[in-house]
Order: sequence, then C-alpha cells, then structure tokens
Amino acid sequence: MNSKDKLIVSPAPHMHDKTTIPNIMWHVVLALVPALLFATYYWGFRALLLTLTGAVTAVVCEAIIQKLRKVPITVHDGSAFLTGLLLAFNIHVGAPIWLPIVGAAFAIIVGKQVFGGLGNNPVNPALLGRAFLMASWPTRMTSGWVAVKGFAMSGINNLPRIANNLQELSPKAYDLVTSATPLGVAKTLRDSSFVADINAQAGGIDLSGRIFNSLTEMETLKNLFWGNIGGCIGEVSAFALLLGAAYLLYKNIIGWRIPLFYIGTVFVLSFLFGGLPGSGSSILLPFFHIFSGGLLLGAFFMATDYTTTPLTKKGRIVFGIGCGLLTIVIRLVGGYPEGVSYSILFMNVMTPLIDRLTMPKAFGRVKK
Amino acid sequence: MRLKTFPGGIHPPDEKHYSASAPISNFPTPKRVIIHLSQHIGAPSTPVVEKGERVQKGQLIAKASGFVSLNQHASISGMVNKIGNFLHPTGAMSTAIEIISDDQNDMIALDDDPKYLDLPVDVLKERIENAGICGMGGAGFPTHVKLSPPEDKPIDTVILNGVECEPYLTSDYRLMLRNSDEILSGLKIIMKVVGAKKGMIGIEENKPDAIALMQKRCAKEKDIEVVALKMQYPQGAEKQLIYAATNRKVPAGGLPMAIGVVVQNVGTAFAIYEAVRYQKPLIDRVISITGPMVKTPMNLLAPIGSLYSDLVEHCGGITGTLGKAISGGPMMGFALPSLEAGMTKGSSGLVLLGEEAARSMAEHTCLRCARCVDICPMNLMPSMIANSVKYDDLDMAVQAGLNDCIKCGSCAYVCPAQIRIVQWIDTGKIRYAEAQRKK
Repeated sequence: MNSKDKLIVSPAPHMHDKTTIPNIMWHVVLALVPALLFATYYWGFRALLLTLTGAVTAVVCEAIIQKLRKVPITVHDGSAFLTGLLLAFNIHVGAPIWLPIVGAAFAIIVGKQVFGGLGNNPVNPALLGRAFLMASWPTRMTSGWVAVKGFAMSGINNLPRIANNLQELSPKAYDLVTSATPLGVAKTLRDSSFVADINAQAGGIDLSGRIFNSLTEMETLKNLFWGNIGGCIGEVSAFALLLGAAYLLYKNIIGWRIPLFYIGTVFVLSFLFGGLPGSGSSILLPFFHIFSGGLLLGAFFMATDYTTTPLTKKGRIVFGIGCGLLTIVIRLVGGYPEGVSYSILFMNVMTPLIDRLTMPKAFGRVKK
Repeated sequence: MRLKTFPGGIHPPDEKHYSASAPISNFPTPKRVIIHLSQHIGAPSTPVVEKGERVQKGQLIAKASGFVSLNQHASISGMVNKIGNFLHPTGAMSTAIEIISDDQNDMIALDDDPKYLDLPVDVLKERIENAGICGMGGAGFPTHVKLSPPEDKPIDTVILNGVECEPYLTSDYRLMLRNSDEILSGLKIIMKVVGAKKGMIGIEENKPDAIALMQKRCAKEKDIEVVALKMQYPQGAEKQLIYAATNRKVPAGGLPMAIGVVVQNVGTAFAIYEAVRYQKPLIDRVISITGPMVKTPMNLLAPIGSLYSDLVEHCGGITGTLGKAISGGPMMGFALPSLEAGMTKGSSGLVLLGEEAARSMAEHTCLRCARCVDICPMNLMPSMIANSVKYDDLDMAVQAGLNDCIKCGSCAYVCPAQIRIVQWIDTGKIRYAEAQRKK
C-alpha cells in the first residue's frame, strides 16, 4: 500500500457535474455575442465601444470594491463582465461614453457589492443601473437615438402606404414615423389629442389608424425581427437574441419557465388589449409587442438571472406571468413606452415572497 | 418499450465499464478478517466468543442484542485474535472481532432442503433471522425486521432492487447474471413470508443482458414481472424505485409497508435463498473492486470482514497515485482514511479514484440557480435547507424539507457553487434531533 497518507476524506458525493459559476457566466456572455455583432454591424464601432466600456467598468469596479472589502477578487467568474455588458445593452448608441461608465459603476457598487456580491443582490444589478440612469439623465437616455442606416427608427419604411401623398403627413406625423421607436409610435398613438391633431391635418383621413396598422405589417415586423430599427444596443435584433436564447436553453443554463410565461403573457394580453381604443385586434399585434423593445433581451437574459428570481418551479411561473402583466400594463397605460426593465425590477423585489408562497410539497407528503 | 422512472434525478456517467465485464471470481481465504458488530441499522451485536477461541467458518460469533439487531458469524476458520476498535467502512472506528485464519477452512455443516418453499413462514423467517441477513444494498436494515410487517399493514408487492444506480458498482449486475435462478427463488421466499401476491424485479436499462436473462427466467412466472427502468440517479433509492415500478408514493416519514410494498436488494434475495435452503449464514458477498486506480478491476465473492487492502492487492494493486478510496458508490459512499477497513454485509463496492477526482473544491456563494431544486428526487429545496442550517433557522430548514431528504447527493452533484449541501443537511438533521431532545 503506497500513498496511505495521501488519501482524501470528504463527504459524499464524490462525483461532480462539470458546470461551475464562471462556466455559466461566460456562456451567457457568449450567448449575447450575436446581439453585439448585429449592433456593431448596424451602428459600427461605437456600439462595440460603449458595450465594452460598460463591461470593463463593471469588472474594474468589482475588483476595487472586493479589494476594499478585503475579500477574494472574483472578477474572472464573468458575473461583473456580464452585468456591465447587459447595462450597456440597455443604452442607445447615441449616448455619451460616460453613461455606460456611470451606469455600470452604479450597478456593481450599489446594485451588487453593497449587498455582499454575487448571489446576494436583491434586484438585477444591470436593471438597477439602467433605472438609475433613467432617473438621473432621462434626456440622455431617451434622446439622440440613431436608427439603422437606411431605415426609419420605427421600422415603418413604406411611407406612401400610410399617406397618399407626403403632404398629408404633417411634420408631427412625419416625425413620429421616422424618429420614434416602434413602441414610441404605439404609445403616442394612444394619446387622443395627438391623434385628433394629425388626423385633422391629414384632411380627416384616419392617419393614426394607418400608422398603427403599419406597425404590424409584415414589412415592419421583418425590420423588427432583424433589427432594422432604432433601439438600445442589445435589444435591436430579435433574431440575434433568439439565437443566444436557444443556445442557453439547449445548454440548460436558463430554464424555460420564466421566458415562456413572460412572453406568453405578453402574447395573450397584447392580443386582447394591444389594439388602439375602439379598433379591433390583430394576431400580428402580439408579434409586434414581442419583437419590439427590450422584451426578448429581458425575458431570456435578465428575468432569468438566478439570484433575483424564484427558486421554486411554481414561483418561476408566477414570476414570468407577473413580468408579462406589468410589461403590458406599462406599455399600454403607463407613462413609458417600454416597461420591461421596471417589470423585472418589481418582480425581483417580490421574489422572496413568491418563494415563500410556492414552497413545493415533498415527494410523498400529502397536501394539508 | 417505455422505460419507467421517477420525477427529478440526475444523469452522472455510469462508469461501469471498469468492472462490468468481469465475472464473479472467488477471493481466496484471507489471512485475517475483521467482523464488525455494527454492520446494520440497530443495536450492535453482542460477542459470544472470547479472545483466543478457535472458531469454525459459519460459527455464530456475535448474537443479535434485541429484535432490531443482527447475528454475526465467522467468515473464515481460525483464532479470535482481538475484540476491539477497527476501521469501519463508513470511515469511523467501531468495535469488531478480528479472526486470524488457521488455513483449515472447515465450515459448520450445512443442510439442503430442496422443498424449502413448503416450509412454514415461521421457519423461513427464523432461518433468515439466524443467518444474520441485513439489506445488502448499503443501508443495512435487518432483513427479518423488514419481513415482519405489523398485521394491519398487508403487503401485496415485493420489489427486488437490481437497479444498482450508483456509478462504478457492478456487484448486483454480475450476481444477477450468475445467480438469476437463486435470486428468483429468494424473491419467492420473500413473497411467501410477507404474503405478497406480486413480485417485481427492477433493473436499470444499462444492464440489458441482466434484464433479458431475468425476463427469460420469469417467463413462466405469471406473478413476477421484470421492470426495465430508465438510467437515472437515484433510480435505486427505495421510494423512487417503488414509485417507478408501482406508481405508489411512500408517505413522508412512513415506510414502504404503509403502501403494501417491501423492497429487497437482489443480493439480499440471494442470501435469503442460501439461508433458507442450506441454513447458510451470511458470511460472504460479492463486492466490486473498481475505479481507474485499480490495476485489474474485479467482482469478488469475498468473506465478510475481508480487508479492503487485501482485496485491492488481489486485484493487482493500485496503478498511479491514489487520491480517494470510496467504500460504496461515489454518490453516497464514504471516503476512507485508509484501506485497512474490513468489509461488511453492506459493502457493495470499493471505488479507487485518482488525485484528480480527489481534488477538494472550495465552496462558493449560492447563486440561487435552482439546479438543486429542479433535480431533487424528493421535490425539496436543497439550497434553502443548506442555507437555513447555515444561519441556524431550523424551522425554515424543516419547511424546505430537512426531514424528507434521502441524502442521495444529487443536489451537491449539480451545484455549480460546489456547496456541500448533503453535509449541511446532515448537520441540520443532527441539530434538529438535538433540539427535539431538549423539548
């Protein structure tokens, strides 16, 4: 018997799955690369620059704070990089470079490290960073957006199909179609005085209805799907996001419950209530709501964040439905065109409660 | 064929290739054996021999100290050298009887009762009890106790556990291939003892030849069914096996008899057959000596009490640097401080792993990724139990399932933060028991 003194005694199990925390985080980063490539292709180097600035800022901040806290520096695990990346994905390409820096620093310092770092933060740090930027510099966050070259910001390119001649399009209406985001168009058309205004200027035709309908035309939906619109860096191409999401689902890194119930709820509610007041619905409306804004980015990459979402299987379903409900409420009746980030933040806060109320019954235990 | 299974569970690599193709061979009588007085759940056996006494192979050397206890027999002939503390396969020190061989190898006389199935139930049970048989899958519950359900709990089904879901281990598999008839006879004896109408043999799909052979043997038995099970850990855990085979759920905190089922390991069934027909005490069993560090992995029929070190030497010794020696399977087995432990009736295998597998991993913060929740075969919240124990909130730990945990280790297997969840749960169980005692 050689090596008698070298035997290691440790508790069972003595086999282990190969998945580790860094492994998971870097896989998620990898899954976001298609979206980043699309954004870089559309908007050029600046999209890449802003994104990497956010990611690197997050990593540097995490390292500094961990150094100050005198805890092991764990930036290699990819979680800070991912947070910075997601924060930058929520910023548009026309934003100044300091915006992702400030946002990522806030996300890591206040959103994550203050609570004790990875695994302890109550809400998604990237979304908290975005909310901070929105509250502090609302104009910087919402103006100066850049559309993909050759396309209208809203994705509605076929102006002649809206108006018989361009004279019918008042400057207001023209502005709306060319320089508001798709969700911005949908939101503005819910403003009755605005609608009355542009319809009157167009000579009494239902211009608002035509614009709204063109949002769900195949042409526009195609633009939404590929990303030929204006938007935040990471959310522009539905296709790229779905590609990454499929990879994460296949790798079993994210679960299906939250995205399915989130998107499913949005689908149903936008079909039922997404039309303009007084006009009917369309089966294409849900697709408009799913492909536009940050829904896919949110549903697959942020509402699936482990730490801030429920542990229980039932809880994850409740979480998804809650996110979908809030997103639609904000989009249709709230003050903002888009509600994904606030919905997820709100449901993050509800997570401990959801977990408590959805504790599973042990195998063989009868319901009381 | 649709394979039966249970909800939850994991799919570790089965690693059976090391020893699966090695037929059972006899381990020659060793120089000494160490027969532990605690090979089972229940009171330790009471020695009935003294130091210096000569014993025959098969002679009773320690008797049961009550109903939930076990007889122990000499597994070789020789001299009782010492009754004292020896290394137990669970890694702890425990009282045992050491016998030094005198190479005579003379055994107590055995009978042969070819009409054993006609014997009255009392006699069958008595022979099983006398033979000192306990569950040979690992837990080691005294078999005569398990076969004595109270009158108000009628048993209708007996399930033989041939699942062997622990990676590496192949002892049950090789036994099924070698002694299918005897195992079937053992099943019939158990069915008669508990008065069950139906018998089942559960085998995982990664042993197709064992399934085929057992099916052939059972072709004419209309009351016995071979159940092919999906390869999924812990398919062989009692509650999971019962659910997969019968669709019945053992109530939490209850025993299988509450739903009319008794489960026995195939090895136990074989021992029961030998005990009933020949009145042979349980003095040997098949053990897999396997893993990447064993020169020639084997399935050995070895006397109870054989030292692991002797068994390994018989298999050609160790190749490379040994990192971890696991008594039992890698999912629920015990890492040993040395190989000088004497195997017990529950020793189904010894797995030798290299340095790579033995590398200890640091525990990280829980990410709340819920992988453990998703795969828990008992539908518990393992990470929450572990965290609650860590922060001394036993009420929360109980709510999250502390007392329902079967300690299969699936949660710790999948945990990306390498949290030793089972160890935390163990700690919680101990603290909970203490708290209950104080009340």
